[in-house]
Amino acid sequence: MIAELGHAALWLATALAVLQMVAGALGLREMGLKNANAGVVALARPAAVVQAFLATLAFFLLLYAFAITDLSIKLVATNSHSMKPFIYKLTGTWGNHEGSMLLWVAVLALSGGLLAGLERRLPEKTMSATLSVQGFVALGFYSFLLISSNPFERLPLPAPEGSGLNPLLQDIGLAIHPPTLYIGYVGLSVAFSLCMGALITKQVTPDFAKVMRPWVLGAWVFLTFGITAGSYWAYYELGWGGWWFWDPVENASLMPWLAATALLHSVSVLAARDALRTWTIMLGVLAFSMSMLGTFLVRSGVITSVHAFAVDPERGSFILALLGLYIGGALVIFAMRAGYIAEGKRFTATSREGALVFNNVMLSAILAIVLLGTLYPVFTEVFDVRVSVGPPYFNPAGAIFAIPMFVVMAIGPLLRWKDDKPARIQFEMMMLAAIAISVIALVAFFGSYGFLPILGLAFAAALGVAALLPLRGRKLSRVPTATYGMVMAHFGVAVSLFGMASESAFTAEKLAAVSAGGQEQVADWTIELESVDPIAGPNWTAVEARVIATRGDGESVLLTPQARNFWAPSQATSESALLTTWDGQLYAVIGDSAGVDANGNPRWQLRIWWKPFVTFIWYGGLLIAFGGVLSIIGRLQVDLRRRSAIKRGKERREDAEAIGSSAAPEPAE
Amino acid sequence: MKAKHQRMTLVILALIAIVAAGLIAAWALRSQANYFYLPEQMAAEPPAVGQAVRLGGMVAAESIKTAEDGITVNFLVTGNTDDMIPVTYSGILPDLFVEGSGVVAEGSLQSDGTFLATNLLAKHDENYVPRELEGLEGHEKSDSYAETVAGLK
Repeated sequence: MIAELGHAALWLATALAVLQMVAGALGLREMGLKNANAGVVALARPAAVVQAFLATLAFFLLLYAFAITDLSIKLVATNSHSMKPFIYKLTGTWGNHEGSMLLWVAVLALSGGLLAGLERRLPEKTMSATLSVQGFVALGFYSFLLISSNPFERLPLPAPEGSGLNPLLQDIGLAIHPPTLYIGYVGLSVAFSLCMGALITKQVTPDFAKVMRPWVLGAWVFLTFGITAGSYWAYYELGWGGWWFWDPVENASLMPWLAATALLHSVSVLAARDALRTWTIMLGVLAFSMSMLGTFLVRSGVITSVHAFAVDPERGSFILALLGLYIGGALVIFAMRAGYIAEGKRFTATSREGALVFNNVMLSAILAIVLLGTLYPVFTEVFDVRVSVGPPYFNPAGAIFAIPMFVVMAIGPLLRWKDDKPARIQFEMMMLAAIAISVIALVAFFGSYGFLPILGLAFAAALGVAALLPLRGRKLSRVPTATYGMVMAHFGVAVSLFGMASESAFTAEKLAAVSAGGQEQVADWTIELESVDPIAGPNWTAVEARVIATRGDGESVLLTPQARNFWAPSQATSESALLTTWDGQLYAVIGDSAGVDANGNPRWQLRIWWKPFVTFIWYGGLLIAFGGVLSIIGRLQVDLRRRSAIKRGKERREDAEAIGSSAAPEPAE
Repeated sequence: MKAKHQRMTLVILALIAIVAAGLIAAWALRSQANYFYLPEQMAAEPPAVGQAVRLGGMVAAESIKTAEDGITVNFLVTGNTDDMIPVTYSGILPDLFVEGSGVVAEGSLQSDGTFLATNLLAKHDENYVPRELEGLEGHEKSDSYAETVAGLK
């Protein structure tokens, strides 16, 4: 019954998406005339709201089916197991293709519903066009779900037992990482619909930018948080000690983030200064294209990756067709309408707008580098040449554009809008340059490290100071919340960059075969293997090493890395053990048994890393996301204040009128 | 400068940057991409010594030897012909690394003809096969529904 209800809810939601699309489109055409269609036009908003309810209902029904492990549903039988811990039964709902696409669609419908239900600032015609585009986008994904990946498909006979969830996914990371990324992706779809709506009705104005900004900011916050969480998850779960692998699926989440970062800054310029109109629209299209492309790369299996999902050409071509339809359509509309959008306000190269534009271009260039590197293996495979592209390509090629971007990012916020003289901030520029140069000199003096890590440390120091400079000489209590958001996000970039550079420059690593009682030295840590014992969990067995780590003469800490064997599905994983201190992390992994030592005692492979300040990478990510949250809060505050001011003003006028009319002398008879 | 001109300047600057990115990418990809070799290809046309490449094939039967230090492993990789490439690897072996199974080794060829691997990618569960090894004997893709997340790096 659950499955049938869910399936019906999806079909109904699809029908409502059609209604929303048609009603929105009619609203566009017939606005001028009072005609018979007015009733249909008014249905666009309710259609979106009810659709949000239905799609969310479908998702919760699937969640329920996973919670009770309903093995008559194919998706549950192939991806769950009755003996799995309850939390992983729930998160397993989106640990597979169909379920994750249902989550995607539910979030899409929910944000469409929010937009339709709450947004009243836009002209009604622009709103109609936006809702129509949003309905069209949703329709594509509903068809995808219903035609090629129905999550509610029943088995002819219920399975006796499920085949289980991949052990790597049986982690709290699965509860956080995919949903946050999806919310980010989908938020960009709302930005896309708004861009199209504004473009179709030729309303690319600061007001439109103010409506779009919270959506872009929100999507960007979720993307930032999702990427940060995913990176940390891969770091501790895979047991390779790395935090970013330039894996195609990681790139698939990075590319929308880069585009969204550019969009975020350009939409701010449009809202504040009424410049960069067409540029903002273009970035809106680009950001959504990247999240579609990301979905395509992840879901089609055209690329070898950490997330090597089952390959299904039908699904791949479906998403590719949707991608072509939306992006092609958007570009056609863009080409037809771009000429009508008048150029915005002017600015010089040395102004805050100029700096923002420069960094927008740099972000786009980095995006191009990542995109080409990600697609290159697909391209060469057509010619039967198999290649893989990794850090030796991405790091230097990305750095070529990241370096000038960081320079401009440091000084951009210090410049004034519209026009400024660089001489005005020459003291700040000299100071930042001095900080960077002294860090380079200091690090290069004490050891020989790679060029990029040294540069990274220098930029991190300079950016960290530069991020705080916009607060200099201002009364801190009077600085707008949104400005604090910017300061915090930029400071987060510096923190994250410091973590990355430090990890890459200073990591110490030790790989050895150790018998019980044996000691190893990593950086200033002494590692002793106490014992190796077999243990068992709810759905796995493991060998667990008891490792004693001591730093200098300090206190000893016990670490317990495990090599686990899951039995449903049968797979082995390595559970790393982490010891976090304020200045870094000790990372321990246990490998296979490695013969015997000279005395005949059994040995085990141990791999230990000491990674100074590695945690700053994710602290920085969290700061960036939190900066975005502050910025949203700041904008909402301003908006609420404006609304209440308008309301008060109106009341006062009405009062004045009321007083005025009663005070007026009675006309003489 | 007329109003239209600033927009043109911006568009041109953006285009220049994007084209530059494209050119840098094309150039870097040609020199930095990591090519994939089967053992017979590596025997016939060996890559330059020290160049980062990937070698994929089957681990030959009875060829895995662990060195005295307990962490260095030597084995032979075969493909569709009789050519064998000796591989040396120091590190923790992938979980399902056994003789007769498929493996992809990342690393470079040394001057003595052995392949020094910095990373090994192997089958991680019964459903998953590294993409490069599809089509090799005995490695037809499993048609199971189960999605697999394999530790390919």
